[in-house]
Amino acid sequence: MISAIRPKLELLSQEFIKKIVDESYILLERQGIFVENTQAIELFKEAGMKVDESTHRVFITRQLVEDALSSTPSTFQLFSRNGEKVYTIGNDEVHFDPGSAAVTILDHKTQEQRKAETKDVIDFVRISDLMTNIHLQSTGLISSDVPDIISDSYRLYLALLYSEKPIVTGTFRVEGFKPMKDMLVAVRGSEDALSDKPLAIFDACPSPPLKWSNLTTQSLIDSARAGIPSELISMGMTGATSPVTIAGTLVQHVAENFCGIVICQLANKGAPVVFGGSPSSFDMRKGTTPMGAIETMMIDSAYSQIAKHLGLPSHAYMGLSDAKIIDGQAGLETGIGAVLAALSGINVISGPGMLNFESCQSLEKLVVDNEICGMAYRLIAGITQRDDPIALDLFQNFTAETQFLTMPHTRSWYREEHIFPKVIDRDTYDYWISLGKKSISERASEEVEKLLSDNPPDVVDQAVQEDLHSIMLSDAKNYGLSALPEKGLP
Amino acid sequence: MTDKDLFARMAQSIIDGNKDDAQALAKEAIDVQMNLNEVIESGYVPGVQKVGQLWEEGEYFLPELITSAECMKAAMAVLKPELQKSQIETPTLGRIVIGTIEGDIHDIGKNLVASMLSANGFEVIDLGADVKIETFLEKADEVDADLICLSALLTTTMLGQKRLIEQLEKRGLADRFVVMVGGAPVNQKWADDIGADGYAENAMTAVRAAKMLVNK
Ligand code: B12
Repeated sequence: MISAIRPKLELLSQEFIKKIVDESYILLERQGIFVENTQAIELFKEAGMKVDESTHRVFITRQLVEDALSSTPSTFQLFSRNGEKVYTIGNDEVHFDPGSAAVTILDHKTQEQRKAETKDVIDFVRISDLMTNIHLQSTGLISSDVPDIISDSYRLYLALLYSEKPIVTGTFRVEGFKPMKDMLVAVRGSEDALSDKPLAIFDACPSPPLKWSNLTTQSLIDSARAGIPSELISMGMTGATSPVTIAGTLVQHVAENFCGIVICQLANKGAPVVFGGSPSSFDMRKGTTPMGAIETMMIDSAYSQIAKHLGLPSHAYMGLSDAKIIDGQAGLETGIGAVLAALSGINVISGPGMLNFESCQSLEKLVVDNEICGMAYRLIAGITQRDDPIALDLFQNFTAETQFLTMPHTRSWYREEHIFPKVIDRDTYDYWISLGKKSISERASEEVEKLLSDNPPDVVDQAVQEDLHSIMLSDAKNYGLSALPEKGLP
Repeated sequence: MTDKDLFARMAQSIIDGNKDDAQALAKEAIDVQMNLNEVIESGYVPGVQKVGQLWEEGEYFLPELITSAECMKAAMAVLKPELQKSQIETPTLGRIVIGTIEGDIHDIGKNLVASMLSANGFEVIDLGADVKIETFLEKADEVDADLICLSALLTTTMLGQKRLIEQLEKRGLADRFVVMVGGAPVNQKWADDIGADGYAENAMTAVRAAKMLVNK
């Protein structure tokens, strides 16, 4: 039996990869990189690196980067909330998670983007939890009914309450780390249990060009020490915050991520790190950062190829759109991105549900995108030989009347070989009319309603609930909130 | 060379984004003791206007737009000391203090806005990113600004815009400064809610809005 080959997209030759990586080493060694965090500066000094104290500029040797690369695990595992389901991050494993940190939700009824509240975030978490092709949860939506200052911990709180899936999240303030870690520990039972079975990945962005801010550096250090995997989100914008050429942006991207990896490894040797990013092709006309641009996807695919070359887990923001509503553009950009990401073998792909330059989430789009992700998975599963001979037996008694519908062979394979979407339209024209000429957005909205009413919320155990609540409340009280919003909370 | 030729070359230097030319021509104008206000008005400003027009027509993109804006700044940097020496007021549409609110390091959009305002005849004092509310107020007072421009890219730091306006009201300064807000999460509704005088969605509309606000 001939097994499937895994279809792969590779945009760079080995020679090109080597050249890009070499320039990244040289950048860090010669130009250095700004690290605006005193703990990290100390770590660099202890490691013998040259540091310009007045400008916080650190010069990192190739050797130190190479050491850090070799102590970074090439794969690690995430575990579901109950600790039973395992997700390997690395190799050619592909996991989608909703695009993260949207500030608005697309309101299906009004078709307008508006601020989200607790109830919206809970619905978002529940729908994500139910999407079978979206393996990971993300704290993808900000709730506006709590003070913004606690929006980082509050979104994690809601995700832990309502979802089984591991979570991609991150801090918005240095003080956010503690309550967020405490909540993860509360679910696992102890700090050791959390580092044995990581439940969340923390995103941290360098500030292009070539800088790590105090906030995000601290997140790297704190996460590494707590055994929480960090995801490095370097985000050059071609011609604005990074060189305009794709290869030039890759050099900067790799250099920034190298620095992040070194910080993690200095803080805790062996700490899991994902080589990720959210770079974009900067639109020179509009001054915007289109995530649906093909050049953006090319940068993503290329740096993830470099990550693989270095033996590191990878991540990208792909499978999302800059459209403002669920229209043709939303589908095409998401579709192209999800497929290219899967073909590139990117391990964590943040995108589903997202519209408007990483700023808006849509429950309906999550449902549609789940089907796009399903197609991407089907594609990379490839073509397998199921029988030997492949088909000759089926034609043995071939006549003019032969049809395949009722063959046992059909029945035994059709669900393996083909996937069946729910909201993508495959009806005949007349039937589509009889159903009310609905758009995919309308069908998806009905599906959202149905999912929410048919599936009771997957709420965490009562005891953990209480722990989470008290951690969240004490964080909130520091910022003048005496109670958490009631809406929808258990 | 006639003044007219010189003016045309000045305009062209802005349109081409040629900083060296723009500055050399400014020096030439000083050497031959031209009327510097006229140099600005008839030489450089038409260049900026042409660039704006090329942008509106979709001919120019951001690299051209911003390079031209930087050119204008460079030419002004040569002319300004001379104008001051001869005690001539630099012609300006108004004085603007701009910055990104404390806690927020996003500055790309703010920089675009600052460049465009400055190229279009405003005097712009850019305080950078992560700027304390108190610093905005002190600086605006110190330079006697007409406009305070606040950029915020995070929902958390948007609140800083509101706080600044509250402070202005508290200190009885609301009538002294006009406040314009912007940044990706900001919209007209937010601007209205917090009592800001103006809002603009991008750098070009920011120029238009600023012109309107100072003429009020
Ligand atoms: C680039 C970027 C960064 C860069 C910034 C580099 C820099 N030097 O500016 C880096 C990597 C440093 C960064 C860091 C972070 N970022 Co950021 N970032 C972005 C991104 C992708 C683009 C912003 C941008 O520059 N756009 C291009 C410019 C030209 O557009 P603009 O800023 O909107 O400006 C235009 C208009 O708004 C207007 N305008 C702007 N200012 C003003 C002012 C006035 C007066 C007027 C009239 C008009 C005006 O005119 C401009 C020109 O047309 C956005 C997503 C997005 N697409 O908006 C996220 C985004 C803003 N970031 C976000 C986040 C969460 C962060 C981090 C907290 C992430 C982290 N955990 O590390 C940190 C925050 C650090 C901090 N304390 O500020 C979120 C915000 C979400 C929220 N809830 O608020 C966003 C929306 C992405 C997302 N969905 O997650 N980021």
